[in-house]
Amino acid sequence: MQLHTLLVHELSELMEKKEVSCEELTRDYLQRIGQVEDKIKAFLTVTKEEALAQARAMDEQRARGEALPPLAGIPMAINDNICTQGIKTTCASQILYNFIPPYDATAAARLKNAGAILVGKCNLDEFAMGSSTEHSAFYSTQNPFDPEAVPGGSGAAAAVAVGEAAFALGSDTGGSIRQSAAFCGVIGLKPTYGCVPRYGLISYASSLDQIGPITRDITDLALVLNTIAGRNAKDSTSASVDGPDFKKSLVNSVKGLRIGLPKEYFKTGLAPGVAAKLQEAVRKLVELGAVCEEVDMPHTEYAVPAHYIISCAEASSNLARYDGVRHGLRVEAEDVLGMFKKTRIRGFGAEVQRRIMLGTHALSTGNYEACYMKALKVRTLVKRDFERAFEKFDCLLTPTSPTTAFKIGAKAEDSLAMYQSEVFTIPVNLVGVPAMSLPFGIAEGLPVGLQLIARHFDEGTLLRVGYTLEQNTSEIRPKPGLSR
Amino acid sequence: MSRYEAVIGLEVHVELKTDTKLFCGCSTEFGQEPNTQVCPVCLGLPGGTGVLNKKVVELATKAGLALNCAIGTYTWFDRKNYYYPDLPKGFQISQVFRPIAYKGYLDIDVDGRTKRINITRAHIEEDPGKLAHAGGSIAASHTSYVDYNRSGMPLIEIVSEPEIRSGDEAKAYLEKLKAILEYTGVSDVKMEQGSLRCDANVSVRPVGTTTLGTRTEIKNMNSFRAVQQAIEYEVDRQIDVLEDGERVIQETRGWVENKGITITMRNKENPDYRCFIEPELDPIELTAEWIEGVRATIPELPDARRKRLVAEHGLPDYDAGVITSSLALAEFFDAALQKYPDAKTISNWIMGELLRLLNARNMELNEAKITPDGLASLLQLIEKGSISHKIGKEVFETMFEEGQEPEQIVKEKGLSQISDEGQLARIIEEVIAKNPKSVADFQSGKKQAIGFLVGQVMKATKGQANPGVVNTMLQEKLGK
Amino acid sequence: MKITEQAVEQLALLSRLDLTAEDQTAHTKSINVILDYLDLLNKLDTSNVEPAAHVLPLKNVFREDRLQPSLAKELALANAPEEEAGAFKVPRIF
Repeated sequence: MQLHTLLVHELSELMEKKEVSCEELTRDYLQRIGQVEDKIKAFLTVTKEEALAQARAMDEQRARGEALPPLAGIPMAINDNICTQGIKTTCASQILYNFIPPYDATAAARLKNAGAILVGKCNLDEFAMGSSTEHSAFYSTQNPFDPEAVPGGSGAAAAVAVGEAAFALGSDTGGSIRQSAAFCGVIGLKPTYGCVPRYGLISYASSLDQIGPITRDITDLALVLNTIAGRNAKDSTSASVDGPDFKKSLVNSVKGLRIGLPKEYFKTGLAPGVAAKLQEAVRKLVELGAVCEEVDMPHTEYAVPAHYIISCAEASSNLARYDGVRHGLRVEAEDVLGMFKKTRIRGFGAEVQRRIMLGTHALSTGNYEACYMKALKVRTLVKRDFERAFEKFDCLLTPTSPTTAFKIGAKAEDSLAMYQSEVFTIPVNLVGVPAMSLPFGIAEGLPVGLQLIARHFDEGTLLRVGYTLEQNTSEIRPKPGLSR
Repeated sequence: MSRYEAVIGLEVHVELKTDTKLFCGCSTEFGQEPNTQVCPVCLGLPGGTGVLNKKVVELATKAGLALNCAIGTYTWFDRKNYYYPDLPKGFQISQVFRPIAYKGYLDIDVDGRTKRINITRAHIEEDPGKLAHAGGSIAASHTSYVDYNRSGMPLIEIVSEPEIRSGDEAKAYLEKLKAILEYTGVSDVKMEQGSLRCDANVSVRPVGTTTLGTRTEIKNMNSFRAVQQAIEYEVDRQIDVLEDGERVIQETRGWVENKGITITMRNKENPDYRCFIEPELDPIELTAEWIEGVRATIPELPDARRKRLVAEHGLPDYDAGVITSSLALAEFFDAALQKYPDAKTISNWIMGELLRLLNARNMELNEAKITPDGLASLLQLIEKGSISHKIGKEVFETMFEEGQEPEQIVKEKGLSQISDEGQLARIIEEVIAKNPKSVADFQSGKKQAIGFLVGQVMKATKGQANPGVVNTMLQEKLGK
Repeated sequence: MKITEQAVEQLALLSRLDLTAEDQTAHTKSINVILDYLDLLNKLDTSNVEPAAHVLPLKNVFREDRLQPSLAKELALANAPEEEAGAFKVPRIF
């Protein structure tokens, strides 16, 4: 049986019926990793021994007749900027090349407790600063649909797309989860800021970062979200409410749902193939009974520069802890100042250095008001755009990215162009609302992603629209060209 | 009279008395093995996010109210960014823009007058870790060691207006501040354990002018006395610099205790702390009702207690001031008074013997073994005439050192006062025989000569004779 | 707004980055391209707009003053580049 082509809920059923053991399941995925990983390079670490040991333990538990937790035996991948106890977590940076966290991120711990089995840690751009994995300090991940295209900013989407993991956890500061899901033809959700605890997510920009799931269908998304969502006593910014049961949102109907189409997202630079797929999705939704109308979001073009300033400012502070004293790389020098400077220049790549300096600039005396405060005020304006739109609409529909996956090398040297590839996903992080990228067919051989955006804590509506499209079209699960 | 006036502002860091740190559940216990009270949050590990300790907000509010401050109803935390090995995150979480308490004051006594020192602000912040230097001093060390047990401990920083004018005033300010915080119960205020630390901003200007001179910041002062001395030294130094026609350089200087001087602390760059709102923590909103609830828990403070001691027990204001300057002393007084209702006598013993011994041995009251009950029993023994006042002092010292009951000490050491006239008569005879000159003096009208004779009797009895009885007997013998 | 190479040198010091002269020139150039783009924000009048530092209207998120286990000492020190006698070791401060 090709277990790695099955969905999480299908695998769970097999497990429940005892048609497959945890160990068999894990071995199948590890074998798949062995098959494709030298091309895809989605992982920075594959945790083969730990995974097998955990799988055997679970099988023993089952043999003793004990009840198994909901995600028992399901192989998962976790982005390498989310801490996993005893497993190297590098953030794709030389500065953390040897860092072994003594603790689990809350989301990782919750999945572990739910029985999911970690098969490896995924590649990303160094400290998640980028949209292509080309800024990883180690190597780039390949798009499963096209060896010459980038996978987006997270290797986790590629891993899920090719069946190296049944689902994955990623992080999203400007769109990493959604964009890489769109580029790799899988589903990626950035939950509401605070919906999933950030404890253990290595900070890039604290007010924007959020952990979220990457899966192959909406039912799986609900299962994973049910496990990781909900407040945490260790995270001040985690919401004070417990999440609802997201399985209840698996409703096959969008009848009467009001869907806004932000004009500004359809204006310029949209690839024709992406635009065509968008129109098709709108037609389908209308056909299924939704009401789709245009909406003005006038501050959209300012979201990217505001986001740039805020993310760099927060990053310049968040990355100050990498100084060679407590963890990670140290380059020796005669005195502490020399050690700090040498360690950090050796440990950080050029893109990270640049963002640290830009952030330092934005916060420094003389620039604070004009730069950092200005960005926070613009954030308020962008927030108001969304608030106004949500007075009229239940959710918004946009492309996830203006284009399908771009070519490796196309933007690697152009920091700004790379940043702007997330122009449609960035406003969402500034405002903290939930958004999901849903694959919707293929344009010129590469997957197209739809982005659905809802009000704070209304992930339910996103799941409902996604589920309805999934049940009523054949566009939702594109198969990568990579041989299975 | 100097042509210059000193302008001094103090920044006092006080560790709040909580069980756990500011943003994590690690213990705040002092003196544990290095790096055993740390977690991902206070060790600044990648991914560590913290949550504010509610008790800190309560204690900081309480401290602010006790210092007559207004309490910010909407405040938040900010990051102060700088690099130092003891700072695990590369930034310190503090309240830069909106302190929890502001615009307060406290009153100090200087030269018999009351002077009000205004308090600019009191804000919550986290403590960094602790550096130890292999070569003893920071400058002499090739290697330093970092212990993060202290990292993340909750502090309030209390900043005074630059209204202090001398080292004496600075010391009085610190003593008063310490007493208030101690009474309020928000901190242990132990300088030797680092739960109270003080930096001083010092400048001088010609008397009669109002523009501020260039200031220096003085650090590394480990006692109130050191603060006083460092300020006195620094004021003189700055005056000398100006008198020599030079300019004071704005810098941080360290107090060198054993040399009694301040020296430049090497500082390579101009700091730009790039403060901004801490994105990982939410704002604090306090209602007037909640603040009043906290106010209701503030006990009687030193000034009020001092007034009460004067009004209720008739103590001189000076005595009351000394006794209420420390909560422990004030409580010792009250407890002793319960058992021995003579306030002035108790006050005399506290101000005399107790403080003398504490100062001489550089001890805190809680380290001394004497109890208020013990003092009361001792005073009863003296009152009954079982021992003399002088022997009482000896017994007191033993109680102070060893903590036994006074009766037991008197018994074991055979210190009972001799009031038995039969026993005393023989000794008095001997003293009279040996001191004919004094006897003659007395009899010729020099009444004070009797004092010498009583003294001789006391000496002969190793202080055990009852001086009143001896006096009466001598007078009778020598025929008044 | 434009930034000079000297200013970048200062930013590098504030950020504790040991830039070579070459790096400095390259960074100055690329930072200026970005700063030019960020100027876009100045088209907006924000004089009556409140800044938004947080995205959720959360406040008063507190925890009780209750002890939680600390890390085992070995774990706390496990990632230390250099450790001695239970402490993190660093070269001289000055």
